[in-house]
Amino acid sequence: MTPRLELKNINKRYPGVVANDDISLSIMPGEIHAILGENGAGKSTLMKIIYGAIEADSGEIYCDGNLVERHNPAISRQLGIEMVYQHFALFESVSVVENIALAMRGRFDLKALSEQVRALSQRYGMPVDPKRIVHDLSVGERQRVEIVRCLLQDPKLLILDEPTSVLTPQAVEKLFETLRQLAAEGCSILYISHKLEEIQQLCERATVLRNGAVTGVADARTTSSLELARMMVGSELPKTSHPPATPSSEPVLEVRGLTAEVAEGFGVSLRDVSLSVRAGEIVGIAGVSGNGQAELISYLSGETIAEKADTVRLLGQPAGHLDPARRRQRGLAFVPEERLGRGAVPTLSLQENAILTGHRRGMVRHGLLDRKKAAEFADHVIRRFSVKARNAQSVAQSLSGGNLQKFIVGREIELEPKVLLVSQPTWGVDVGAAAFIRQTLIDISRQGTAVLVVSEELDELFEICDRLVVMCAGLVSRPLETAETNREEVGLLMTGLDKTTQSRKEVDLALHD
Amino acid sequence: MSLFIAIVAGTIIAATPLVFAALGELVVEKSGVLNLGIEGMMLIGAVFAFWAVFAGLPMPVAILIGALSGAAASLIFGVLALTFMTNQYAAGLALAIFGGGVSAFIGRGFGSTPIPSLARLDIPFLSDIPVLGPMFFRFDPLVYLGLFMVVAVGWFLYRTKAGLILRTIGESPQSAHAIGQPVIRIRYMAVLFGGAMAGIGGAYLSVAYTPLWVENMTAGKGWIALALVVFSTWRPTRLLVGAWLFGGMTILQLQGQAFGLRVPSELLSAVPYLATIVVLVIISRNRQLLMLNFPASLAKPFRPSG
Repeated sequence: MTPRLELKNINKRYPGVVANDDISLSIMPGEIHAILGENGAGKSTLMKIIYGAIEADSGEIYCDGNLVERHNPAISRQLGIEMVYQHFALFESVSVVENIALAMRGRFDLKALSEQVRALSQRYGMPVDPKRIVHDLSVGERQRVEIVRCLLQDPKLLILDEPTSVLTPQAVEKLFETLRQLAAEGCSILYISHKLEEIQQLCERATVLRNGAVTGVADARTTSSLELARMMVGSELPKTSHPPATPSSEPVLEVRGLTAEVAEGFGVSLRDVSLSVRAGEIVGIAGVSGNGQAELISYLSGETIAEKADTVRLLGQPAGHLDPARRRQRGLAFVPEERLGRGAVPTLSLQENAILTGHRRGMVRHGLLDRKKAAEFADHVIRRFSVKARNAQSVAQSLSGGNLQKFIVGREIELEPKVLLVSQPTWGVDVGAAAFIRQTLIDISRQGTAVLVVSEELDELFEICDRLVVMCAGLVSRPLETAETNREEVGLLMTGLDKTTQSRKEVDLALHD
Repeated sequence: MSLFIAIVAGTIIAATPLVFAALGELVVEKSGVLNLGIEGMMLIGAVFAFWAVFAGLPMPVAILIGALSGAAASLIFGVLALTFMTNQYAAGLALAIFGGGVSAFIGRGFGSTPIPSLARLDIPFLSDIPVLGPMFFRFDPLVYLGLFMVVAVGWFLYRTKAGLILRTIGESPQSAHAIGQPVIRIRYMAVLFGGAMAGIGGAYLSVAYTPLWVENMTAGKGWIALALVVFSTWRPTRLLVGAWLFGGMTILQLQGQAFGLRVPSELLSAVPYLATIVVLVIISRNRQLLMLNFPASLAKPFRPSG
């Protein structure tokens, strides 16, 4: 049988870096093939070469046995290669169906296309409302749109880049079923991930990359996690240590009965949300994105001012009426979900981005910036969190997503906050660095910081949190002790509650039972 | 009653140059380009259309010449802003000033020469209805064309794939480029359309509204059109309502003077501009309204290489 796709000796060099070093691999029709590797191992570059978004310096690509001579995304799509990007290429100001229509050939008929989208999304268990404006969708929902968009093209090879990080365990199961079904129909799937269990569960073969080169091709089903990890990292996987928490008696961050109505289509209304975080503990908010997490976080950070000051309390004081700067002054630090634009100014240097939140740490004197101090601070963060950047003068947008994330998390942690809010702390960060970020979060909590983490990765929450709450349809569950709950219970709280079919009371019952 | 009829009909007529110029700019801005030179393009369209009538060319040809000269003027802006990626504010302002000067230069010999004006096109039967007939159905053809264009632009932007592509380019030219859209070419087409529409708006002033050439006869209508686009939050139908509002303001002010209203006429002339500012303030505070319709890449130059 001829392979669906075959790569021969692909090389790609950037100034100072070898992104892809003599990579060869082959994928058979109907095969689910994993590309395993840390961030910076060259996975993204390789995927872009396959998709034709960038050109290899040398090497050959064969599709169904035919040499692909000229390559670009349009040719890819003619060949039936579709890609779900990690950073979605969706337009925010237009609706879901309009976004999909842009990628479709043929007649421009939004009504018919909406029907197709609805049918397909239902068939594959990825509910998407075609009429909604993308701006109002959560990251998880946007990913669903991307996947549906690809599936509408009847792909022969589907490339997925870390697709499960935004899904509930049940949804991951569902996605895997979909992918297996697709594979059984003859579609080849290239699955990029760093999650070993997933790859073992889903994939037949895995090509492992490290530092731009193939370190091995393994049978994903029979090779042990330990072996795969060693091929990927080059050493043992780091483990986090988790000493018992000794939380304060009084909460330092508290939400009391926060209700916020939002107009339909502009997000999720919060309904009587209450939760508390004590000094010295980590509380996690689990839930599929788009269930009110973004709204809640913006009330906590101060980006949205609460109607009643008392609904958000910081260090025992009402804080709902304070703007973000005042809250930071009182000891709050915040890592938002979006790195570019909200967490950092894309066109400014790391040093200048450090000043944005770190200006209280001696970087401003008599109203003037102390660039030396700022550079020292930025350099310190770069070293401590091993951010891959040339120096403090590197522009934020020139860093890879994971590296920028490390910088932003590091910057906030270095401020030694009393309360730390973190949204998606390890999104797109490589395994080693993710473990380091998690360990640092545990460490600062044990030193007395109250940490609130919003994450869609359940594994992560179970690894670091002392207590968990689940958000669903703008409601927050009662707190669960991490040690006394399990994935199934949390997963049920995340998914079992459909806001469209259940009344408020039923949701409450299910959440609190 | 006849006064009321006169005010309504007058409002619709006074709004027509604004409808054309602002509708053109709306399309330009939806593609992510800010052309501040509407005033200049209107003046160029006005003087060339006037010249064409003066030279004895038929009226439709004169208006076409107005449109083409406006488009030609916008091409200057297009080359500067899109090909050479200069600052769009500067290029647009330059065009506004340039258009004023060039039109004055060309129009030196035309001063106070009367020309035949654009004939009315009474709609058969409808124009005979009492009250409504004289109010809505006894206009020149450009008034009807303006209304038609409002519908046509709305349909184009929100019902066709080309319109969708234009809007997505206005939001993120990088993403549009990434999916293979010819960003610069589409922006050029939008800019040319905007120029042609401003040219027609100007032509309307010099061959229909007041069939005369007077230096700087647009008297700030280009700037009002610019404000109207924001006022409309980039929606064609709201733009029409806004144009009527400002047109009505002009007419009321004229009527007020005729009635000897003891308000200084200079102050009354300033009312549309004041209203613009008030409206700008009010809508700028409504984030949701702006968020969905504002072209996010407005006035940012696009370099295809990324």
